[in-house]
Amino acid sequence: MATSYSGPVIWGLIFVIGVLTFLIRMSFIGLFGYLDEIPPQIQRGLRFVPAAVLAALVVPSFVTLEPGTGGVAVDKLAAGIVAAGVAWRTENVLTTIGAGMTTLWVVRFVLLPAV
Amino acid sequence: MDRSEFRQGVRDVVPLLLGIIPFGFIAGIATVNAGLGLPEAVGLSTIVFAGAAQLAALDLIGRDAPLAIIVVTALVINLRMLMYSASIAPHFQRLSSRTKAAVAYLLTDQAYALAIARYRTDDSARSVAYYFGVAATLWVVWQLTTIAGVVLGTSVPESLGLEFAVPLVFLALLVPAMEDGPTTIAGILGGTVAVVTAGLPLNLGLLVGASVGVLAGLLTETATEGSSNGD
Repeated sequence: MATSYSGPVIWGLIFVIGVLTFLIRMSFIGLFGYLDEIPPQIQRGLRFVPAAVLAALVVPSFVTLEPGTGGVAVDKLAAGIVAAGVAWRTENVLTTIGAGMTTLWVVRFVLLPAV
Repeated sequence: MDRSEFRQGVRDVVPLLLGIIPFGFIAGIATVNAGLGLPEAVGLSTIVFAGAAQLAALDLIGRDAPLAIIVVTALVINLRMLMYSASIAPHFQRLSSRTKAAVAYLLTDQAYALAIARYRTDDSARSVAYYFGVAATLWVVWQLTTIAGVVLGTSVPESLGLEFAVPLVFLALLVPAMEDGPTTIAGILGGTVAVVTAGLPLNLGLLVGASVGVLAGLLTETATEGSSNGD
């Protein structure tokens, strides 16, 4: 699937995507310097961004549908549940990774092949 | 620049690298698969510096998709950074424009997640040095692994699922972010909607889920305020 676009076209593409992506990233970071105070309505909404975004990033990684079968990927779901419990108890990143990866491997390489 | 904060950022990002390294490899390999070489791989990774958008663009480039489609696809995937930018901006309000530009250029899922977790829980720790410790490390590793992907072209044993470390880190940050009723509702709704809409093209599920989550949090807060006022 090698492209037939020429070099200059590809470089133009890279620059256009790069500049526009930078503008997206810069948007509010740049804007807030010109406002003395952040409008309270925006401030209220922003409080929910970390929880909402992180959950939207995370949950689909744990609850993924197996291609073809339509079932849920058991190894990832189990790892997600165990890791969520560990994260809640410890609030420690490394412990959470350890618990999640161990569960993933145990289910994927030990339990599932045995079933 | 506060050196100890910078170092703390570097330390905190190390577990995430477990997931970033195979991802960077894949971005390098995808560049070769699209029929491009090392200069283009480095160009994409330095000028665009956004993994998911790079992979999507490379896939479309390889299939000779119309240029406008390639640009729009990459930008829609990166739209989530608008939310990161808005969420993190209040912590960086006092910086010079040049520093802000550097912050913006380095803004990624991982840098946002780690920095907002630290700034949210510790008011005294608002040093931008922490952010740069995280973000600059990610940048360097991303460049090196993209190059390694092009040059070596080897694939990491996929069955190990090392990339799974990334959502695990986000999970560890998500749990404390759900600190009260409304933020918990925001998380539950955001996650659920993202799962349901995961099949949408262009990574739109993330955007839809996160927006619904924020809205749900706002509504819950308004509703509970209303009922407590009534008491």
